[in-house]
Amino acid sequence: MKIWVPMDSAAKALGAEAVVEALKAEAAKQGIELEIVRNGSRGMIWLEPLVEVEIDGARHGYGPAEPGDAAAILAGSGAKALGPVEELDWMRRQTRLTFARVGVIDPLSLADYEAHGGLAGLRRALGLSGQEIVDEVKTSGLRGRGGAGFPTGIKWQTVHDAQAPQKYIVCNADEGDSGTFADRMIMEGDPFTLIEGMAIAGIGVGATRGYVYIRSEYPDAIKVMRRAVEIARAEGVLGSDVLGSGRAFDMEIRVGAGAYVCGEETSLLNSLEGKRGVVRAKPPLPALEGFLGRPTVVNNVISLATVPVIFEKGAQHYADFGLGRSRGTVTLQIAGNVARGGLFETAFGMSLGEVVNYIGGGTASGRPVKAVQVGGPLGAYMPVSKFDTAIGYEEFDAEGGLIGHAGLVVFDESADMLQMARFAMEFCAVESCGKCTPCRIGAVRGVETIDRIAQGDPQAPALLTDLCDTMRDGSLCALGGFTPYPVMSALTHFPDDFATAKEAAE
Amino acid sequence: MPTARSEITADEIAQIIEAHRGLEGPLLPMLHALQEAFGFVPAEAHQPICDALNITRAELHGVISFYHDFRKAPAGRHVLKICRAEACQSVGGAALAEATLKKLGLDWHGTSADGAVTVEPVYCLGLCACAPAAMIDDRVVGRVDDAKIEAMIEEARA
Ligand SMILES: Cc1cc2nc3c(=O)[nH]c(=O)nc-3n(C[C@H](O)[C@H](O)[C@H](O)COP(=O)(O)O)c2cc1C
Ligand code: SF4
Ligand code: FES
Repeated sequence: MKIWVPMDSAAKALGAEAVVEALKAEAAKQGIELEIVRNGSRGMIWLEPLVEVEIDGARHGYGPAEPGDAAAILAGSGAKALGPVEELDWMRRQTRLTFARVGVIDPLSLADYEAHGGLAGLRRALGLSGQEIVDEVKTSGLRGRGGAGFPTGIKWQTVHDAQAPQKYIVCNADEGDSGTFADRMIMEGDPFTLIEGMAIAGIGVGATRGYVYIRSEYPDAIKVMRRAVEIARAEGVLGSDVLGSGRAFDMEIRVGAGAYVCGEETSLLNSLEGKRGVVRAKPPLPALEGFLGRPTVVNNVISLATVPVIFEKGAQHYADFGLGRSRGTVTLQIAGNVARGGLFETAFGMSLGEVVNYIGGGTASGRPVKAVQVGGPLGAYMPVSKFDTAIGYEEFDAEGGLIGHAGLVVFDESADMLQMARFAMEFCAVESCGKCTPCRIGAVRGVETIDRIAQGDPQAPALLTDLCDTMRDGSLCALGGFTPYPVMSALTHFPDDFATAKEAAE
Repeated sequence: MPTARSEITADEIAQIIEAHRGLEGPLLPMLHALQEAFGFVPAEAHQPICDALNITRAELHGVISFYHDFRKAPAGRHVLKICRAEACQSVGGAALAEATLKKLGLDWHGTSADGAVTVEPVYCLGLCACAPAAMIDDRVVGRVDDAKIEAMIEEARA
């Protein structure tokens, strides 16, 4: 009997290991021979641990599983039986391109990976010139999924055109934004996709070495990625002769050390070089003077992990999905106070309200939604009145928000937006790299000013607005520059939360 | 995984430094390896690192102090990290953290009197769809409530 139990850290965090033990014990008791595959997560985190059992060739789901459910799972019955997983609404409504294999395959089986379309993209790329590879990425319309949305093909072009004895591919797996876990899920659930994407990038721009910089808060992802790199090297996907092509590309996994700002690409490069994670002034662009001063592609995990499917299915296939200048799919991460949280991949263009209410099912608490923070700790709090905003880079920008890494954190009406604004400033103060004054000092002043608002100081809101302007205009990077987004959106859209304290004091 | 504690010897320090000095950007991997071996980055390692990498003590100190992860002294036998970030706050994470610290009589970064557990803040564990989240050593826990925290602390003390 074949059973899948995810090894994704969300599944583990919800008790997957105990379920595996119970299944093994129950199978032994019943004399059933059990083959347990540890897959990634399908993304339906509210159903994790989501166990799957093969019945007549289809994978039937069962979740959220608990150890006491072992007998029912083996019998293929019980109240938590969900039927064929592929036919669940959550799965059918998606366009899974980047995440096509996540949850389906054994993450560390290269054979499984290939059987599901893996390496087809790299094989195709190996038959193309570097310029043709870069052109394919341009045609796909892929934009960086790490936050800034910069066209990936243009970045690759710069590195491709640079002359240097050594170039690098650096994958940004620092994923520090609250409400985001797509990078983690793909590294734990389909690591070869990232490796393949980096190899294509390397072959395309002429870089023979790559690094994945993974945050230390992700011990499971680090383990899986390290193992996957070993396997890929042993199987000739990485090394001096990539898939027998005579071209070289190899890579290494590096671990961060608990600094949010190291997700900023130049800070990350400093950290990778063994320095303080201080942000570098641009220019020079990392594409020209990056790791150790060499031309370097720095891309987010999802950007790079999307490259294989672009080469497998063709750039136009990818570009045909989407809205406006946001092409392809967005890997939404629905989180916080939400009934159905998880990873949902869909073409750009769905409205924010649809995602929160229709996909996410509204709040977990059952109380009305108050705000949704989109794009991590530097993203705006979107009020329900902005639920018509379509998920697209320009569309969000027009509404004073940003998509960032596409995490959505839902808050119900119990949220105190003054506290959330204060937290944004506090976070900026804690994580500031210290290079520029508006961020280093401004964030500390921001906390104090918000405390003054809470105490009813009538001058404080104007001060806060001024301070936010200074931070926005005078900061070197988006940590100081974008902290005004959550702060000002909270102040603007939820004035009552900033007024009640004042009235109470009067 | 209780944090490993080897006795600090010049030999082992030298071995760790040697194993990493050939890397491009060797310092962070070196510091991680030292901390993994000893539970913190021992002062005895500072001069050998500086010699191996040709950096000043001031530079080394600047790096160690920049990152939240590196310790200058041992932590408790176990480290409990509680997420303070937004998604966890949206489902009561702040109150949970506060109650836990209060129960242990600690502030953030404090270690319980019996040396069993150090409590640290963390900003997101990527478990934001099953928040609030926490991590004890390398083991992650989702939808944390008082009972689960209690169990984690009990386990740490066992
Ligand atoms: C404070 C700060 C934190 C960031 N954190 C991340 C991160 O965790 N992951 C990421 O991919 N990009 C992050 N970025 C964006 C990177 O600087 C950079 O734009 C990105 O890695 C480029 O890759 P992409 O073009 O594929 O998105 C951050 C930026 C700032 C200012
Ligand atoms: S804005 Fe803040 S984090 Fe960014 S460079 Fe300036 S001080 Fe550093
Ligand atoms: S915000 Fe707490 S796990 Fe992401």
